Amino acid sequence: MSTIIIYTVVSLSLLGLLLAVVLYFVAQKFKVEENPLIDTIEAIMPGANCGGCGNAGCRAFAEACVKAGNLDAQFCPVGGNETMKKVAAAMGLEVAEKAPMVAVVRCNGSCANRAKTTTYDGYKSCAVMNSLYPGDTGCRYGCLGCGDCTNACQFGAISMDPETGLPVVDQDKCTACGACAKACPKGVIELRNKGIKNRRVFVSCINKDKGAVARKACKAACIGCGKCAKTCPFEAITVENNVAYIDYTKCKMCTKCVAECPTGAIHAVNFPPRPAAPAAPKAPVTPAAAPAAEAKKVAEPIAVEKNN
Amino acid sequence: MKQLLVSPSPHVHGEANTRKLMRDVVIALLPAVAVSIYFFGFSAIKMLVVALVSCLLVEWLIQKFLLKGECTICDWSATVTAVLLMLNLPPAAPWWIMVIGAVVAIGIAKMTFGGLGQNLFNPALVGRVFLLVSFPVIMTTWTTPEGWFGASVDAVSGATPLAFVKEALKNGATVQEIFEANPGLSWSQLLFARVGSAGEISAIALLIGFVYLLARKVIRPHITLSIWISVFVFAGILWLANPARFVDPVFQLLTGGMLLGSIFMATDYVTSPMTPKGQIIFGCGIGILTVLIRTFGAYPEGISFAILIMNAVVPLINMYVKPKRFGRK
Amino acid sequence: MKTFSIGGVHPADNKISADAAIEQFPVPEVAYISMSQHLGAPAEPIVAAGDKVKVGQLIANPAGFISAPVHSSVSGTVKGIETIKDLAGNFCKAVVIEVEGDEWVETIDRSAEVVSEIKLEPKAIVDKIKEMGIVGLGGATFPTGVKLSPPPGKKAEFLIINGAECEPYLTSDYRLLVECPEQVLIGAAIMMKALGVTKGFVGVEENKPKAIEILKGFHSKYPQIEIVTLKKKYPQGGEKQLIDAVVGRQVPSMGLPIDTGAVVQNVGTAFAVYEAVQKNKPLFEGIMTVTGQCAAQQKNYRHRVGTPLSKIMEVSGGIPENAAKIISGGPMMGKAINNIDAPTLKGTSSILYLTEEQTKRKPESNCIRCAKCVAACPMGLEPFLLNKLAKAKRWDDAEANKIYDCIECGCCSFTCPAYIPLLDNIRLGKATVMKIMKSRPKK
Repeated sequence: MSTIIIYTVVSLSLLGLLLAVVLYFVAQKFKVEENPLIDTIEAIMPGANCGGCGNAGCRAFAEACVKAGNLDAQFCPVGGNETMKKVAAAMGLEVAEKAPMVAVVRCNGSCANRAKTTTYDGYKSCAVMNSLYPGDTGCRYGCLGCGDCTNACQFGAISMDPETGLPVVDQDKCTACGACAKACPKGVIELRNKGIKNRRVFVSCINKDKGAVARKACKAACIGCGKCAKTCPFEAITVENNVAYIDYTKCKMCTKCVAECPTGAIHAVNFPPRPAAPAAPKAPVTPAAAPAAEAKKVAEPIAVEKNN
Repeated sequence: MKQLLVSPSPHVHGEANTRKLMRDVVIALLPAVAVSIYFFGFSAIKMLVVALVSCLLVEWLIQKFLLKGECTICDWSATVTAVLLMLNLPPAAPWWIMVIGAVVAIGIAKMTFGGLGQNLFNPALVGRVFLLVSFPVIMTTWTTPEGWFGASVDAVSGATPLAFVKEALKNGATVQEIFEANPGLSWSQLLFARVGSAGEISAIALLIGFVYLLARKVIRPHITLSIWISVFVFAGILWLANPARFVDPVFQLLTGGMLLGSIFMATDYVTSPMTPKGQIIFGCGIGILTVLIRTFGAYPEGISFAILIMNAVVPLINMYVKPKRFGRK
Repeated sequence: MKTFSIGGVHPADNKISADAAIEQFPVPEVAYISMSQHLGAPAEPIVAAGDKVKVGQLIANPAGFISAPVHSSVSGTVKGIETIKDLAGNFCKAVVIEVEGDEWVETIDRSAEVVSEIKLEPKAIVDKIKEMGIVGLGGATFPTGVKLSPPPGKKAEFLIINGAECEPYLTSDYRLLVECPEQVLIGAAIMMKALGVTKGFVGVEENKPKAIEILKGFHSKYPQIEIVTLKKKYPQGGEKQLIDAVVGRQVPSMGLPIDTGAVVQNVGTAFAVYEAVQKNKPLFEGIMTVTGQCAAQQKNYRHRVGTPLSKIMEVSGGIPENAAKIISGGPMMGKAINNIDAPTLKGTSSILYLTEEQTKRKPESNCIRCAKCVAACPMGLEPFLLNKLAKAKRWDDAEANKIYDCIECGCCSFTCPAYIPLLDNIRLGKATVMKIMKSRPKK
């Protein structure tokens, strides 16, 4: 009995030793020389491997940084300035702070604003739907509502609101990795400046159709009237292809345009609520039903975003 | 005007759906169930009820409380597993054996993988093999079929033809001696009634089920036929090499779980390959492994193990065996 | 009986409008003639608002090699060149013509006499076909003239006329074969002359015995054209499947039908070729079926291109109450209509009404790996796998598994017992993979 045990122990030990020696030499032979800095940087990274920076993952990001020797072309949207500072420190560099960004849904075509014209019965995917036809509403540009963006988000920061049929971004969870913007076949989602105190003003519509067509498809469409552009004291708003765009680098958040928009397509979020009165005097320009709806619209987005 | 539906093509769908397919499998099993009830009477009915209740209950509980998905017991797949499990156990086994089998089959082999379509191994077979290795005595205590309500739980136990022959061969007898001494091992006897688990009693009933499945286009014959042919050929070679040591191929084909396994278990959609070529490889693997286990292994019957082993190879077969493409001769 | 070698499904054929003779649909008050009626670049209009046009007058020139001219289908005044929505809701350019009377261009021979003598030389035939704006009417609307000019180094050996009409419900090709069999055969003979081939086939599915009988009656007159009876199986009329069925050659992967020496043309195309070459009539009319179990009337119409679909629906008894989906084309490969005011095109083959019960998709359940899609795929692909790869955006693996060979016939989705919309994802995956492959630098 004991001899069997001894034989077993000895033979297995010898085998183990032999293999260890073989492994040692193989490891020596096939060793890959790598800059230890890559490992250091990778350890600093958030490790989400989301690809938001444009690299294949966090390690690829680290490799790219080390290879370039500077951080000019690299930025980790997930980790933000905190992480970038650490990375810069590890590399012995200084880095300029970047303003934090957030994903913004530029469509206001909720079920109430934009009536459905057909019922989509195919596979529930915006990409599939987009390849089939312009959409199940009169609007060719707006959100398709199948939630490809929510599936693309790795951080659970974007979800579909069953009531409006539109995606809602949770600004606290959003890392501005841009996956949702890439997933959206209509290009409805934009990465914008997060803003001071999270305050943002943006045009929540990208409909390039002429005013009447856009308006017919959706009550809250930008009709390209250009009033906002005229009102804006900072020349931050441009109207091109029948749709207004607010340049967030120029916008000073005066929110004058919000009150001016006849369809309520311009949203101001996270501003303290204020009396809806200023909207009333411009009744002559807006269609009869608008003022009431408009007053609501100024307040509505604030309420929506606060729930997040 | 009401809203029109818009979807990509195709705009129509065929008749087949999962439920109908699974229901057809149950219908194909009915002749075998009827035969087992005929031979084992009340004990078979009891086993069937216990199997159905426990399988459906386990599936419902897991789906509701663990997976929190929609109720899936209406898709007939748990029913198929229950009937197969019942046909795979000795009819005289105690009822709690069946409950354990159901928990293992549905709970472990099927639902842990995510339910229908996700499992790697055939649930009923996993249940059977689990019981076989855990309760070998109960699982190999067979009652001899005797007639309508003739056999009850405490009837005399016999050995299955396979176990009987294996034991006799081990004791030094030659195949000819065994068969001469036991006229019960003749082909005609094997076709209609023999000792074994509830579903192994009658080859004819199982073959009727096979024909039904083929006629309804539920399965294609590739797997079953390749099992039969490979068993026949491989066992035939052994038999020709030494007819005194190895039993003839027809005996191999007609005994034990060969028919039940090759018709109903190996052809399980979820755990068999997707392409005809892959299915033939799969079938041949099962056939050869079965004969190997039966003739050289410790167990008298090997098809359960053979199918489970080949189940594990299926992902590999699917990866490397591709269908015949159009335009690539 | 001949059939293709891999896969296929058997949808109920539902040819309920088969006995309705072709009727001339009235000329609309306003015609919207789309510039995108063919595969390839949209045609460029050469008329302007206020111009007077006659029936058959050229109104748009082809814009490129793969393109086709467009002729007016009505006479009257051009209202303008407008942007209209096609049946899917996408925008396209169209010449809008206010109809006045029905005055045809004088060069068109409007007599009913069947002209069987082919006077033109091969080169002149191809030019004529190009000039008359003939496109393939089997669904893809590929310009016929281009198809009849094989690329250098490739030689056509035979012509196959596709009369399979394997799509359920559709009967326009069948009616044409029954009512104008000789014209179709002459059209085939013309194309054979153009291609310089001596052997022609007309493939017809077995569920059209009357058409087969009539065509066989012409055998003594057109002995070079053989009538082939095909098994009723979808997609028998797919180009690649048809060649396989009729002559037993398989188009290589990524190859063209011409690689097997075959040129395939639809029955409707053959008829249009006959009219263009023998009667000097451009392609501005089409045959279409209005059908569906719930449809008020079963009709086969000869319509002027540019007639609004809603007008056809109205005249044929209106949209049925219980119609949930309206399809242009067959139920397997047709397009669901999103905009009923869209005009008909050269290739419009049907208006098909389906009820909710017939067409509404059932909730998807787990794949049970039954391999029915693999067995059904006529291209020998693995739809279950391609679906998974496309969903996971694993384009390299999808390419390795030949996703680009998919012909989008819909057999996989049709047959799936778990109601998985396989083709929806595979189609998208195929488009993506093809784009990636095209963007690669060529070796």
